[in-house]
Amino acid sequence: MAITASHAPAELAPPEPPRPRWSASEEASGLALISPTLLYAVSLLALPILIVFAYSFWSQDYLTIDRALTLENYRTALFEPMYQDLLGRSLVISLVVSLVTVAISYPIAWFISFHGGRHKNLWLFLITVPCWTSYLLRVMSWKVILGYQGVLNTGLMSAGITDQPIASLLYNSNAVVITLVHSWAAFAILPIFVSLEKIDRSLIEAARDLGDTRLMSFVRVVLPLSLPGIISALLIVMIPTVGDYVTPKLVGGKDGVMIATAIQAQFGKGANWPLGAALSVTTMIVVSAMAGLTVLALKLVVRKIR
Amino acid sequence: MPDTPMIAIDRVNKFYGIYKALSDVSLNIGAGEFFALLGPSGCGKTTLLRSIAGFDNPSSGDIRIDGHSAIGVPPNLRPTNMVFQSYAIFPHLNVEENVAYGLKRLKLGADEERRRVGAALEQVRLGHLGKRRGHELSGGQRQRVALARALVLRPKVLLLDEPLSALDKKLREEMQAELRSLQRAVGITFVLVTHDQYEALALSDRIAVMFGGRIAQVATPKEIYQHPRTKSVADFLGGMNFLSGRTLGQTASGLTVETEKFGTLTLSLPEERIEVGARATVGIRPERLRLLWDDERAPHELTGKVVNRAYFGETTHLLVGVEGLEKPLSMIETNTHGADDLPIGADIRLAYDPEAFVLLADDPPVERVH
Ligand SMILES: Nc1ncnc2c1ncn2[C@@H]1O[C@H](COP(=O)(O)OP(=O)(O)OP(=O)(O)O)[C@@H](O)[C@H]1O
Ligand SMILES: [Mg+2]
Repeated sequence: MAITASHAPAELAPPEPPRPRWSASEEASGLALISPTLLYAVSLLALPILIVFAYSFWSQDYLTIDRALTLENYRTALFEPMYQDLLGRSLVISLVVSLVTVAISYPIAWFISFHGGRHKNLWLFLITVPCWTSYLLRVMSWKVILGYQGVLNTGLMSAGITDQPIASLLYNSNAVVITLVHSWAAFAILPIFVSLEKIDRSLIEAARDLGDTRLMSFVRVVLPLSLPGIISALLIVMIPTVGDYVTPKLVGGKDGVMIATAIQAQFGKGANWPLGAALSVTTMIVVSAMAGLTVLALKLVVRKIR
Repeated sequence: MPDTPMIAIDRVNKFYGIYKALSDVSLNIGAGEFFALLGPSGCGKTTLLRSIAGFDNPSSGDIRIDGHSAIGVPPNLRPTNMVFQSYAIFPHLNVEENVAYGLKRLKLGADEERRRVGAALEQVRLGHLGKRRGHELSGGQRQRVALARALVLRPKVLLLDEPLSALDKKLREEMQAELRSLQRAVGITFVLVTHDQYEALALSDRIAVMFGGRIAQVATPKEIYQHPRTKSVADFLGGMNFLSGRTLGQTASGLTVETEKFGTLTLSLPEERIEVGARATVGIRPERLRLLWDDERAPHELTGKVVNRAYFGETTHLLVGVEGLEKPLSMIETNTHGADDLPIGADIRLAYDPEAFVLLADDPPVERVH
């Protein structure tokens, strides 16, 4: 999504002079107060999306844009095997990344919330520390770790577990997943932590009192009550990772290319903005559907547990 | 009380760090008994209750429930259920699902489970609200869900931690009556924690009064009100006029104590041995002092002056200064003769019954690690 927004013209319309009588109302003063941010948000969010949407129905011949409406771009985006593959892989990667991230973040958030004692804030602070360095730097450091002569391989070899470096660590979808999970973990821990903090501890005691073992009280009380946190964590991770561009480029190799690379190519070298726009819109819709389905599935599973 | 108590607490101590929350607590609670733990805030009532439920483990001592030691037994394996002070209604479940929560594990089958849930909800008169969520219920209704949820499991002991303290006065009195009749109906042991003396007096078969992690006295409501053992027990359960005196000696009918103004009193013997000539504290309840009107006469009289007055509707509380007494006497008069019209400063006569005095032991020194 960042890609689509970055090159859209930022059109800031001057605020309308308010009419005299209406201007005295509370509504007017409220709107006036938020108008700069509102305009900013509208121009930087809604406009680019609208423009991308419009472009996706046009066509381009070298440098000239033909504004006759066509569905050709969507046909290509949806039925061209290459784009199907890319979109499919992006969805799988983002689904796996978000599920793995939540699965790893949940125990950490749970530990901090239930056993953090007086040091909860310190723990949370420590978790955000990696985010202080540049995203690029963090991705690059995974290159160092996973590389052919990287930390992991030399470590494994000197420990005598393997006698040759494993070549399949870097430049594939696994590397993309590992890197993305690491990048997003902190963002998943926080919402889960917040939802766990909100759970009244006497509810857990009540569950134990009514006959649940520790594990059962977790499954029947803590898990369902922290579902909102799990869902926000999933969405926070899933939606941006589908369109991630940097990570696949740096650690994905040929095997780990995702849809954003194709979109970027159409806006760049391919010089086919309408197709790029159609790919963007398609991705946006498909990822929303996937996110919705995942949330629904989760809710159903948790409902079943009772 | 039957021979083997339902709950036997034996010399239980509980430390939080170096803070001693329970100090050498020993207590027997009989099967089918309605037992109240009464005491001021912070005296360790909740700690003791949670030790019975299994949420806190005593640092030393033994707790036996129905003949089996409960030390190290987790809460889910104890034959006890608890009604939490906050009620702890599961917010993600409706009323029926809340009540069915503990039954799920028993795998009764859908029909039997529904029947039991329905019966439990009927018992607390909530049959019509089964589909509501916790946040859609009033405080009193939530409390009934918590009761039904615990009782549906047919525990041997029901533990209640200040279940009524969040309710307004009217509803509280209503629920008190309901609790009492519920306990009679199900016939299991109830252990009720409260800091409301009237609640304890009105509901329970026996009361344990606690101060600072210790049990000060265990007795029936009447016994504990009429014969409090120590000054603080007497003070905590209703008002008490304290007088200092000196023991004179022991006769066949009891102990004689010489007091200021009230003369020589003969009191029933306390458990502790009291030395002759020692200082002693005696007390009399405010309602045992009676105003004398006009030329009414009584065998034992005193004169005094109204120092202060508070109107309580059906009664008036008076503070009466008596010459020769350090502190004014407090007394309670029903407003049938016009005690509510007595001006401050009025000269009055009051009557007392020498039999109404009790001898009070001094409180044990508060032993604290810090
Ligand atoms: N987890 C704990 N850590 C340290 N001290 C505690 C803990 N729980 C209770 N205490 C202390 O132990 C004492 C007894 O606490 P408890 O909760 O049993 O009091 P209580 O009689 O139930 O009071 P209240 O009527 O206010 O509920 C209190 O002084 C309290 O500060
Ligand atoms: Mg308490």
